[in-house]
Amino acid sequence: MSENIGKIVGVNGNLLKVEFNMPVIQNEVAYACVGDLRLKAEVIRVRGNNAELQVFESTTGVKVGDPVEFTGDLLSVELGPGLLTQVFDGLQNPLPALAEQCGFFLQRGTYLKALPRDVKWAYTPALKVGDVVVAGDTIGTIPEGLFAHRVMVPFKLRGKWTVDKAAPAGDYTVEETVAVLKDEKGNTADAKIMQIWPVKMPIKCYAERLRPTESMATKLRTIDTFFPVAKGGTFCVPGPFGAGKTVLQQIMSRNAEVDVVIIAACGERAGEVVETLREFPELTDPRTGKSLMERTIIICNTSSMPVGARGASVYTGVTLAEYYRQMGLHVLLLADSTSRWAQALREMSGRLEEIPGEEAFPAYLESVIAAFYERGGVVRLNNGTTGSVTIGGTVSPAGGNFEEPVTQATLKVVGAFHGLSRSRSDARRYPAIDPLDSWSKYPSVVDQDNVATARKLLRDGNEVGQMMKVVGEEGTSIDNFVVYLKSEYVDATYLQQNAFDEVDSSNSVERQEYVFGKLLGMLKTKLKFASKDDARSFFHKLTQACRDWNSNAFQSAEFKQTEEQMGKMLAEVSDYAE
Amino acid sequence: MQNKVYHRIEQITGSVIVVKADGVINGELAQVEAAHGMSLAQVIRLENENVYLQVFAGGRGVSTDTKVRFLGRTMQVPFSENLLGRIFTGSGVPRDKGPAITENMIEIGGPSVNPAKRIIPRNMVRTGIPMIDLFNTLVESQKLPIFSVAGEPYNELLAQIALQAEVDVIVLGGMGLKHDDYLFFRDKLDESGALSRSVMFVHTASDPTVECLLVPDIALAVAEKFALQDKRVLVLLTDMTNFADSMKEVAITMEQIPSNRGYPGDLYSQLASRYEKAVDFEGSGSITILAVTTMPGDDVTHPVPDNTGYITEGQFYLKNGRIEPFGSLSRLKQQVNNRTRDDHRAIMDTMIQLYSSFKETLEKQSMGFRMSDWDSKLLKYGERFEAEMMTITVNVPLEKALDNGWRILADCFHPSETGIATKLTDKFWPKG
Ligand SMILES: Nc1ncnc2c1ncn2[C@@H]1O[C@H](COP(=O)(O)OP(=O)(O)O)[C@@H](O)[C@H]1O
Ligand SMILES: [Mg+2]
Repeated sequence: MSENIGKIVGVNGNLLKVEFNMPVIQNEVAYACVGDLRLKAEVIRVRGNNAELQVFESTTGVKVGDPVEFTGDLLSVELGPGLLTQVFDGLQNPLPALAEQCGFFLQRGTYLKALPRDVKWAYTPALKVGDVVVAGDTIGTIPEGLFAHRVMVPFKLRGKWTVDKAAPAGDYTVEETVAVLKDEKGNTADAKIMQIWPVKMPIKCYAERLRPTESMATKLRTIDTFFPVAKGGTFCVPGPFGAGKTVLQQIMSRNAEVDVVIIAACGERAGEVVETLREFPELTDPRTGKSLMERTIIICNTSSMPVGARGASVYTGVTLAEYYRQMGLHVLLLADSTSRWAQALREMSGRLEEIPGEEAFPAYLESVIAAFYERGGVVRLNNGTTGSVTIGGTVSPAGGNFEEPVTQATLKVVGAFHGLSRSRSDARRYPAIDPLDSWSKYPSVVDQDNVATARKLLRDGNEVGQMMKVVGEEGTSIDNFVVYLKSEYVDATYLQQNAFDEVDSSNSVERQEYVFGKLLGMLKTKLKFASKDDARSFFHKLTQACRDWNSNAFQSAEFKQTEEQMGKMLAEVSDYAE
Repeated sequence: MQNKVYHRIEQITGSVIVVKADGVINGELAQVEAAHGMSLAQVIRLENENVYLQVFAGGRGVSTDTKVRFLGRTMQVPFSENLLGRIFTGSGVPRDKGPAITENMIEIGGPSVNPAKRIIPRNMVRTGIPMIDLFNTLVESQKLPIFSVAGEPYNELLAQIALQAEVDVIVLGGMGLKHDDYLFFRDKLDESGALSRSVMFVHTASDPTVECLLVPDIALAVAEKFALQDKRVLVLLTDMTNFADSMKEVAITMEQIPSNRGYPGDLYSQLASRYEKAVDFEGSGSITILAVTTMPGDDVTHPVPDNTGYITEGQFYLKNGRIEPFGSLSRLKQQVNNRTRDDHRAIMDTMIQLYSSFKETLEKQSMGFRMSDWDSKLLKYGERFEAEMMTITVNVPLEKALDNGWRILADCFHPSETGIATKLTDKFWPKG
C-alpha cells in the first residue's frame, strides 16, 4: 500500500481533480478509492497542489473527499512468456480470466495480473557466471509455443554488467530471479523472467535502426504488387465507414508473413474482435502448421469499454511488439482505429480545457501520432540478428474526408497509404483501395518497372473513362476504348480479390509474380476488334475466365487448363500485324 | 447522509443547476421541487463543494430557493414481467393508465459485456424484404440503424421489420417522437397482438429535452435483463438524432468545447456505449438493436449519421420509400449468407455490381449519348431490379427472392456477362 495519499476535490466525467501533499509524478498510476473499489487512473496534469487524473473506468459513485493512492509507477505492462495467444484489455487485463471471475460483464476496479504467477516455464540458461552483458542480451530461453522466448537482461539497466549468479536449467515462474548481475561499481541487479516496462517509452536495446527494405507479404495483390509494405515499415488505411478497413486488417492479420501479429482493437466494435478471437484458434497458419492464435496477441479496448484505456491500448500493443522484436522476430501491429485513440485524446483535452486545435483536437495531436509510428522499424540487435515492428493503423475520418487532422497527421509519418474509397466499396470493388490515390515508398514484390506500366494503364484507362462521360462511347476511339477495357480488366481480375474465396483470398508472392507477368503480357499485346461491342464482349468473357482462374489453386491442373483457355481467347484477338 | 435537503441554488443555466452540498456521489439522483412540480435530476459534475445537477424537466421554473433532495442512489428502473404491455415516459413514469411499477429496481447504463464472452452471431433474422434478406441480411444481435430524412416512412419500416421478425420481446425507445408516431407504434403493435410482449419508453417532442437522454439507457437496461432471461429481444430506438441533439444541448449548456458542428467530442463514445449493448449471450438470450437516424439535409457526413455508421454493424439507407443498395450495408451478412443457399453471395454481389453499371448508363443516357447494346441490356435490367427487388412493401422468402434474381438476370443477360462463376451459372441459370 502506498504512503502517498491524495484527496478528490473534483469529478468531471472521467477526469478527477486531486489535492496532494507529497510529490507526484507526471503519468504515474494512481487509484481512486470508492468504497471497496480501487479505480485505476493516470496523472495527466499537475498544477499547484492539484493533480488531474484520467480514470480508466466509469466514475459513477465517486465523491469529493474520497482518497486517491499514488503508486509512483508509470503506466506499465508485464513482459514475459505467456503473452502470445492472450486477449488483453488496453491496460493488459487478461479478458478470458476476467470473464471466469466476473461472468458476462466487465467489472470496474477488477485488475488481474497479465502473466499468470503459478505457471512454471522450462528455462534453459544461455549465460554463465562471469559473462559480460548489456540490457536486452539473452540470459536464457523458454519455449513459448512457436518460439524460443528469450529471457533478457532488464531493458532499464544502463552500461555493462557481469553475471554474478546464473540459475541452472529448470522450471521457474515469471517472478523468479534467473540471474544476478553486478556492475563496475558493485551495484547488483536481479534479472527475473518477467520485466515491467512503461508503455509510453520505446524499448531501445539494439545496435542500430535499419531502413525497411524487405517486403512483408500480405498475400493481397493490390498491396504486395502495387502498394507494398516493408518489414519495419508503417502504413495507414483511412476510409469512410463501411469501406473495408477492418476486413482488410483482418485479412492481413491472417495472411501476413511475419512471426507475431498484435491486434489492437482500439475503440471500435467488440463483435469484430470476437470474430478473430473465435476463429483464429480454429485456423491453421500455413507457415507453421499450428493455429493462427499461436502467433497472435489481441489487445481489445472496444468502443463501449472505458475511453481512458483506449489510448493505453495502442501503447500496450506497440510495447508488446517491441518486446518480441527484441527476440529477433518480425512483428506486425495492427491498430483499428487510431482515430478513436485521437478522439480519446480530444475528450480529455476538452475536459482539461486546453486550447483546441482543428476540429477541437489538441495541438499536440500530430506529435503524438508521429511518436507512435516512430516506434515501428527494423533494427539490428546487439547479437547481430534483426527484428522488426511493422505498424499499420486504420484511420476513420469524420465524414470520410481525408482533409481532417488525424488523416493528415498520419499521412505525414507513414511509408505507405492505402486509401479506401467509398465509390469502390459502393460498387463492391474489394479491397476498396483506391489504385490512383494510394502510394507506397517500399519496394514491390514484382518488377518495379512493370508496376509502373500497369499503373500508367490504370491512369490512362481512368482518363478515358472520365472522357467518355463527356463525349460518350461514340466520341471515343476504339483504341482508347480498349485501353479503358484493359484497365477495367486489371481492376476486375487483379486489384479486386475475393476475401471469401479460399484460394483467391490469399496469393503467394510466387503466384503474384506469375499472374502479374501474364497480365502484363496481355496489356502489352495489341488487340484488334471489329467493334466496341465486340471488344466489350471479349473482355466480359476474359474477365469471367480470369476470375475462375483466380479461384484455381496455383499450378493445379484446373489452373493450367483455365490459363490455356485464356491464352486461346487472347490469341484470337491479338493483332500481330505490327 | 440520508436524504439531506438543500435549498440554495447557486446557478441555473439551461437544464443544469448548481448547489453547494457535500457527501454527494457522481451520478447520484436528486429530487428538485420547483414551482411547477417535482422533477428528478442527476449529478453530472462535482467541483469542491459545488454539485452540478442536470434537471430532467429542464431549468425552467427552478428558483434560487428550490428544494433539492439527494436520494443517495443512481438512476434505476424497475424490471419485471409486469412491464410487458406497458408504456412509460423517458424517466420511467407510466404514460398509460396503468399503475406505477417500483419492484425490483435495476441500475441503468451498466458495464459492457466482456468481449471474451461474446460469440459470433449466427442466426439470420428473416424480414421478407429482399433488399434486407438477400442483399443486407439482418442478423440476431446486430445493431443497425435506418438512415433517412424526415418524411420518409422509417417508422413504418421499423414497425414492419419488428412485426415480421421472430422475437420474444420488443422494447421501443422513442426519443422526440411525434405524438402521432407514438400512437402509430402503439396501435400497430396492438393490432398485431405484439403489444403484450412489448414495453415502450416514449419521450415525445413536447417532453423535456433531458428526459430524452435517458431513453436509450432505460430501454437497453430492461432489454438486457430480458435477454439474460433467455429472451430474444428486439430494441427499437427512434430517433437517435434527437438523442444526439439533446446531448449537444446539454454539452453547450455546460460550456464544453464542441468538436464538430456543435456536437460534443464524446459523441462517438456516447453513441457506442448504447449501441454496443447489442449482444448474443452464450447459452441465453440476445439483444438486437434497430434504430432510426434521421440525417439533417440528407447528409450522411453529418456528425450523427457519420459517427453512427462507424459504430453500428451497417445501415439501411431509406430513400424515396426504398432501401437504396448503395449506402446500405449489413456487416454481419457474411456470418449467415454462406449457410443460406449456394448462390446467395454471388447473386448479392452481381446484382449490385450490375445495378451500379446501370446507374452509369443512366448518366450517359441523360447526357444524350448513344446507347450501345450493352447499355440497353443494363437499362432493362435496372428497371426490373428497381421494380422487383427494391420495393419494401413485399413479403417474400429469401429463396424466392434469389430465384427471382436469376430470372431477372436471365431475361437481360448472357451468363458470361454477369461475371458469375461458371459452376454457379451451370447450376442456377434458368433454362429456356
Ligand atoms: N475485401 C472484402 N471483400 C468482401 N466484402 C468486403 C471486403 N471488405 C469489406 N467488405 C464488406 O464491407 C463491410 C464493411 O467492411 P469493414 O471492414 O467493416 O469496413 P470499415 O472498417 O471500413 O468500416 C464488410 O462487413 C463486408 O460486408
Ligand atoms: Mg472498421
